Amino acid sequence: MLVSVYRYNPETDDAPYMQDIHIDIPGGKDIMVLDLLHLLKEKDTSLGYRRSCREGVCGSDGMNMNGKNGLACITPLSAVVVDDKLVIRPLPGLPVIRDVVVDMSQFYKQYEKIKPFLINDTPAPTMERLQSPAERAELDGLYECILCACCTTACPSFWWNPDKFIGPSGLLQAYRFLADSRDTATHERLSELDDPFSVFRCHGIMNCVSVCPKGLNPTKAIGKIRNMLLQQAT
Amino acid sequence: MVTSITSFGRSGLYDWMVQRVTAVVLLAYTIFMIGYLLFNSDMDYMQWKSLFECTSMRIFTLLALLSMAAHAWIGLWSVTTDYIKPTGLRFVVQSGCGLLTFIYVVWGIQILWSV
Repeated sequence: MLVSVYRYNPETDDAPYMQDIHIDIPGGKDIMVLDLLHLLKEKDTSLGYRRSCREGVCGSDGMNMNGKNGLACITPLSAVVVDDKLVIRPLPGLPVIRDVVVDMSQFYKQYEKIKPFLINDTPAPTMERLQSPAERAELDGLYECILCACCTTACPSFWWNPDKFIGPSGLLQAYRFLADSRDTATHERLSELDDPFSVFRCHGIMNCVSVCPKGLNPTKAIGKIRNMLLQQAT
Repeated sequence: MVTSITSFGRSGLYDWMVQRVTAVVLLAYTIFMIGYLLFNSDMDYMQWKSLFECTSMRIFTLLALLSMAAHAWIGLWSVTTDYIKPTGLRFVVQSGCGLLTFIYVVWGIQILWSV
């Protein structure tokens, strides 16, 4: 098959370019894209990409495969290859450090803004803050986010305003803490989000939902934040 | 929090709500107009004139006109903040949009009350 990989080494290249590599998959197996990258690296050791757990848990190997963001380690070739060709690019909208390795600083800055930790101003109990099973269930579909940035970098609103729009991943996490029965900073959290950019730049096109490798729904979480803002203000 | 002094209500929630409410008004006006034209396919000038001479129709039309102005401003403000990054140019384009919207509103009122 033919693999076209985005290559850029700022120390030696003036501009990024696409490198076409023909490769035979051993035994014609339906391997993961990450395994394919390993095969490519055996051919050309200068190829750079991030990976760690290789099982969709760490969120390191988010990249754009034939136009769709996803985790290379849990994306089989059969799911993305079209006409025996695969185009691999870095996540869109973030500065490229090298090849498919991107600088995630802007993504983390937005994540930091939503204060991704429990805030509780009541005295700590002796053992732990308890939740009922129903309260705990509110966090399902929110806590599973691994911050791979596939959703946020698939969002045009983030592409145009990466410094102002929190992005789907950050907003999913914002709702994760707004929905937590143990968190008492709901009012302060909502006040920080009530501007024309942070939440409201989302136009609900649901690119985030279609690419999330964990099957989460940031658009739904954003809708719930809007409802909370509306309830607080009316 | 991101601050912005050029947005309609300076609050994301307020702009969002205004855009939703005005959308409902515009939908109601569009449905009414389409319905009226369908049920009066043989309409003449006098009937069209008498429709707009009615105070309730003037109120409804003015409401739709103001809704369109607010809706368009919020929408165009979003588009300009997305695509026009140089502040000076964006301010000029936004001012142009604002001026044009104001002209359309005044012109619309003038037309409406000249019937």
